[in-house]
Amino acid sequence: MSFLSEPIGLSHYLAVGAFLFVTGVVCMATKRNALGILMGIELVLNGAIVNFVGFASPYFRDENLGLDGHLIALFVIVLAAAEAAVALAIALNFYNNHATIDVDRADELKG
Amino acid sequence: MTPLLAATSEAAINWHTVMFYVIALCACGFAVIVAMTNNIVRMAFALIVSLAATSGLLFLAGAYFVGAMQLMIYVGGTVVLLIFGVMLTAQKAFITMQTKAGDWILGLLVGGTFLAVLVQLVFLMPQWQSSDYQSVADAQLVAFAQELKSQQDRGEEITPQQRRKLELLAAKASEGMPQRTGEIGLALVGVRADKIESDQPGLAGYLLPFEIVSVHLLVVLVGAAFLARAKRHHHGGNQR
Amino acid sequence: MGEFFAGWFPAGWEFLGYTIAALIQAFLLVNVIALGAFVFIWAERKVSGRIQDRLGPTRTGGAFGWLQSLADGIKLLSKEDLMPKDADPILFKLAPYVAFAASFSAFMALPFASGWVALHLNIGLFFLIAVLGLEVFGVILAGYSSGSKWSLFGAMRQAAQVVSYEVPLGICVIVPLMICGTMDLVAIGDQQRGLFTNWLIFHDPFIFVVFWIYFTCAVASVNRAPFDLAEAESELVAGFLTEYSGMRWSLFFMAEYGSMILVSALAAILFFGGWNGPIPVFSALMDWYPDYLGNCWWFSSIANVFGVLCLLIKASIGVILMMWVRWTFPRLRVDQVITMCLKYCVPIAAVCLLGVMFWTALGVPFFNDLLPAQERALVREGWYKTGEKQADTLLKSLASSTDEQGEAE
Repeated sequence: MSFLSEPIGLSHYLAVGAFLFVTGVVCMATKRNALGILMGIELVLNGAIVNFVGFASPYFRDENLGLDGHLIALFVIVLAAAEAAVALAIALNFYNNHATIDVDRADELKG
Repeated sequence: MTPLLAATSEAAINWHTVMFYVIALCACGFAVIVAMTNNIVRMAFALIVSLAATSGLLFLAGAYFVGAMQLMIYVGGTVVLLIFGVMLTAQKAFITMQTKAGDWILGLLVGGTFLAVLVQLVFLMPQWQSSDYQSVADAQLVAFAQELKSQQDRGEEITPQQRRKLELLAAKASEGMPQRTGEIGLALVGVRADKIESDQPGLAGYLLPFEIVSVHLLVVLVGAAFLARAKRHHHGGNQR
Repeated sequence: MGEFFAGWFPAGWEFLGYTIAALIQAFLLVNVIALGAFVFIWAERKVSGRIQDRLGPTRTGGAFGWLQSLADGIKLLSKEDLMPKDADPILFKLAPYVAFAASFSAFMALPFASGWVALHLNIGLFFLIAVLGLEVFGVILAGYSSGSKWSLFGAMRQAAQVVSYEVPLGICVIVPLMICGTMDLVAIGDQQRGLFTNWLIFHDPFIFVVFWIYFTCAVASVNRAPFDLAEAESELVAGFLTEYSGMRWSLFFMAEYGSMILVSALAAILFFGGWNGPIPVFSALMDWYPDYLGNCWWFSSIANVFGVLCLLIKASIGVILMMWVRWTFPRLRVDQVITMCLKYCVPIAAVCLLGVMFWTALGVPFFNDLLPAQERALVREGWYKTGEKQADTLLKSLASSTDEQGEAE
């Protein structure tokens, strides 16, 4: 019961961010589906957002990042959307050329 | 908002903590599902829930605008991912692409080690492990109220500035903090409301990054449309 | 309300009080959707009947057939719950709940009267629009998981439609936001206090156009005819609903009616003064008897109850308008739907946004300024209000304790 009555600290937010990041990395490493890899990237960026907002939150530290943390998190979100659009276009092109989205098949340039 | 932060030290349960654990469990659990499952549409669904739960975490940390932005752009953007997933993989063969066992072992090994290191690092700092925000805010409010009281006892009036400060402190103790939407908006047009007395007033804001991101988005829009345009088949007679 | 219930419990267990308050609020909100669906399903039958020159239900439960929805519900409950062989079982079962949860959680941030809101956010409007857009996930999941091509076609159409209509809807919503200078829905509503000329729809001629664009986009985003391509029964059997039956189907239905009420209530708050009646009876009473009514705790509650009634009446008018549209216009084609959005709604909304911007910046008078209007900037956001209230009580308690000390001395 004690851990439920203690107020949480910055560490908890960082731990969640780290977990999301690692899950994203594992997802990127293991998936063969191009869209699955894209989803892994989204998870990694998500972990970064959690960290930025955790550092920016006045609940946890007096010397917080403040508005900077919020704004950088906003830019991360916007850039993630942009990145998803381009990556999807690439995946679509890949599908058009290879009739599959299995990234292990994209090995024509291998010597 | 009050119930979330009102739980003081003698409370049996700190609501803020409970909400944090529930939402964090949701975010992490569905992230694991994203990594584990091979069905692309289920992955997309789990990703959406994970992202939405993360936006809940942002709300809990007081970043209301960022949380809503995440819900709108990020979660809404994955709709597109989902649609593409469905469109590209509606055939049975692509829905499940099995990962090799070797990849799994390697990925989990590296990931697990990395996670262990990160979590250890994160819990190294003792002052990060818990927050005294509520007690400090309460103490500040009580101290300022007592100061005002002694001032009243001396027969002096309370000035509007002092009253404003009391309002701010009271709101900080009960609501957590100002929901800084307006300040974010001002920062995006180059004015920092929280750093008015900065020595470089013109450079404190985010006008330039904002413009760069806008142009970047436009370029991405054009680029994505160019990359993803339908291939022209040359057997048709009406091609230009 | 949380503080009230928290007072019942000993120190350290106040969270039980907050839990009770939260449960009561959730119960009330669920009932808004459930009873709303109950009433509006009946109303839809009657409205469509009248439009098609027939009577509609007349027998179930008295002369007007007002128990027809209950009969429908019993019929739906007794239907067999089917799942196709090719369906993805988990997603097929989850999809209705996703749709319903999105519609329900948007109600959290919707104020029903001044200060009567489950979750008072300073970004309430933004949150509401963001959550409203999530309902499409339920539809896409339903379409994919049914394992039927009709469902998939319906879901794809719905996705394209909702994603494109979010753009003009967003532009339309920015207009009242720009005039009021806040995203707090409670503050937006309160800024329109006073006579009906204070309503934002009378702010300038452009916003009148903006309202109709908003209404069109709202109809499209809640997937009602003439934009109901996702379930076009003449082309796609029933679209994404093809494989659903019984309670799961009715959850989708409730979600649809819930969003209809939601967008109509939002229109009422953004353009038609929200919970403020056309003539400010209660604030007039307050002005006439300030000594007596100013200290009355029940007076503001009664005013708020009438405010809720006002909002619900305005929202119902919006919903009935949607029904009228549904039974009057033929369904659009897919290309017509997208043309409507990109070639008409977006440019007109953008031009109106510019128009309102100049109108506000130049301060051109319009109906808003005919009668004595209130200063919008004086109504501040909720965050400051709580601080003010608490500062008041603190100062009062300070003063009283000083008096006591003085007496003791």
